[in-house]
Amino acid sequence: MKKAPQSHNIPLAWLQISRERSRLLVAMAGIAFADMLMFIQLGFQTALYDSNTRLHQTINADLVLISPQGRNIVNLSTFPRRRLYQTLNFPGVASAEPLYTDFVDWKNPQTHKKTSILLIGFNPEKSAFLIPEVQQNLEQLKLPDVVLFDRGSRGDYTKTLTDVEQGKTVVTEIRERKINIKGLFPSGASFAADGNVMTSDLNFHRILTSRKQSQVSAGLIKLKPGVDPQQMAQTLKLSLPNDVKVLTKQEFVDFEKQYWSENTSIGFIFSLGTAIGFVVGVVIVYQILSSDVAEHTAEYATLKAMGYRNSYLLLVVFQEAFILALLGFLPGSGIAFGLYALTRNATNLPLFMTVSRELTVLILTLLMCTVSGAIATQKLRTCDPADIF
Amino acid sequence: MSTLSLDLTNPTVTSPPVISVRNLNHYFGEGSLRKQALFDINLDIYPGEVVLMTGPSGSGKTTLLTLICGLRSPQEGSLKLLKQELLGASPEQLIQARRHIGYIFQAHNLLKSLTALQNVRMSLQLHPNIPPAERSQRAVQMLEAVGLEKRLDYYPSDLSGGQKQRVAIARALVSHPKVVLADEPTAALDSTSGRDVVNLMQKLAKEQGCTILMVTHDNRILDIADRIVYMEDGMLVKNKNSTK
Repeated sequence: MKKAPQSHNIPLAWLQISRERSRLLVAMAGIAFADMLMFIQLGFQTALYDSNTRLHQTINADLVLISPQGRNIVNLSTFPRRRLYQTLNFPGVASAEPLYTDFVDWKNPQTHKKTSILLIGFNPEKSAFLIPEVQQNLEQLKLPDVVLFDRGSRGDYTKTLTDVEQGKTVVTEIRERKINIKGLFPSGASFAADGNVMTSDLNFHRILTSRKQSQVSAGLIKLKPGVDPQQMAQTLKLSLPNDVKVLTKQEFVDFEKQYWSENTSIGFIFSLGTAIGFVVGVVIVYQILSSDVAEHTAEYATLKAMGYRNSYLLLVVFQEAFILALLGFLPGSGIAFGLYALTRNATNLPLFMTVSRELTVLILTLLMCTVSGAIATQKLRTCDPADIF
Repeated sequence: MSTLSLDLTNPTVTSPPVISVRNLNHYFGEGSLRKQALFDINLDIYPGEVVLMTGPSGSGKTTLLTLICGLRSPQEGSLKLLKQELLGASPEQLIQARRHIGYIFQAHNLLKSLTALQNVRMSLQLHPNIPPAERSQRAVQMLEAVGLEKRLDYYPSDLSGGQKQRVAIARALVSHPKVVLADEPTAALDSTSGRDVVNLMQKLAKEQGCTILMVTHDNRILDIADRIVYMEDGMLVKNKNSTK
């Protein structure tokens, strides 16, 4: 069986990698491992930040007003409700609704132990959050002392959840006032609050008598179609006094993220973890490439004797590094995908693969292999044709 | 001090030498550790000659060979290889000179991940004057000439020692080099294979009109030489023609 005559140059790097099966598998395993480490570190970091911004991301607003004293969602401080009415004077604003939040202790209906939750109150005519279960239960919230409970809350609530799902009323209390849990919604615990409870603004003030209706925690501004949120935000910033801050929805999300990145070591820890994964990868690939070069010393020296330049051999090493990077990235990415799903189910952390993270890790993998390749080329110095006699 | 004795009955003397060595000295090491390895070597090698170099280990024959074939830079004296003066030549000039030499080593040093055919083609890639479309054909022809037409797609691990050496010969000769350098090509082979290998080298060399320079201890093959150069302690000792 004669093959068609080939006129291209021999792809030495590819042939060497593909022919040495066991080395290829070891390299792929090593790179996949390092990639998996990096995926996990980067993924967890994003998931932790995202777990603290679930409410922010589902908020039903184009612009959010908060007090400049606000630090994060459980510490929003308050500003005068009058500011909301003032925004209605602007033609681009469709509606301005108040949001009341407070960080309180409640009794776990199952264990009867006190734990901290975020109590949220809003006008039940319109859902403050784009969460279907909240939107569907607005009528319930118009009843006195009725609340909706976050099924993603931290703690022992299994019986409570089953009871509510079955339609049984579950009673508990906040600050000695009895409340009825009539519905559930999925959100999730965060660093500050073990859980979230939603109710109407009227119920909110019945429960927390020290809070005044005239002081709101946040303002939810919806704009008319076609109005640019950035521009509107600028306009409002210039017009409103500085006892209120105007943020776009994304800025509101970033505001929370920034608090946690500045006030915890999350950024540092996970960046360090990612760097460790990177270094592990560099070491593994370097070992493989340098032992590859060492094994081929006589062959490469012969090539140099024949008249191949050193740059040719350098290119072979870098090509091998590049191919290994691509081949190792695929299983690494696949394994990370699986681990993310496993973790999501076990912890309720919003751990999802994103295209930008895949690209980031791919670039890091290519960089990792290039660095190892560069160090491994030191070994090429030993491939001296004069020495193989 | 040894000098070359010209033999005017040798028919190859009429053309200029392919390799011309004059007053070549070579040293290893620096400062107080500096040791002289070659002492005032003078040698001419003519086109088409089969020259054997022999001598005890440490005699400097390997050093001389590496210098002649551009694998090391000369330090003192003159060494002309195919009209290129190697003393003071740049690395690029040395690389270009090496491309006109075919190398056959004791260990065949074939690339393990390439087939016999691909190994031979690696040699052709270095010569831009050979059109890429012809490479496969030339490689196949060369492997046929060494009797391996049925082993083109075999990997070195599937070939015997003699067969691997024949692939190495094919690789060395496929680009029709002017000089072939062979370092103990038969050392790892039994007498039959070894004999076959040197006969093949000689035949192809005569066909292509190239010069063979061979380092060997193997007494079984001394008869193929036109000339035997004997070295000892870094000097050329005897310079005798064979009775061919």
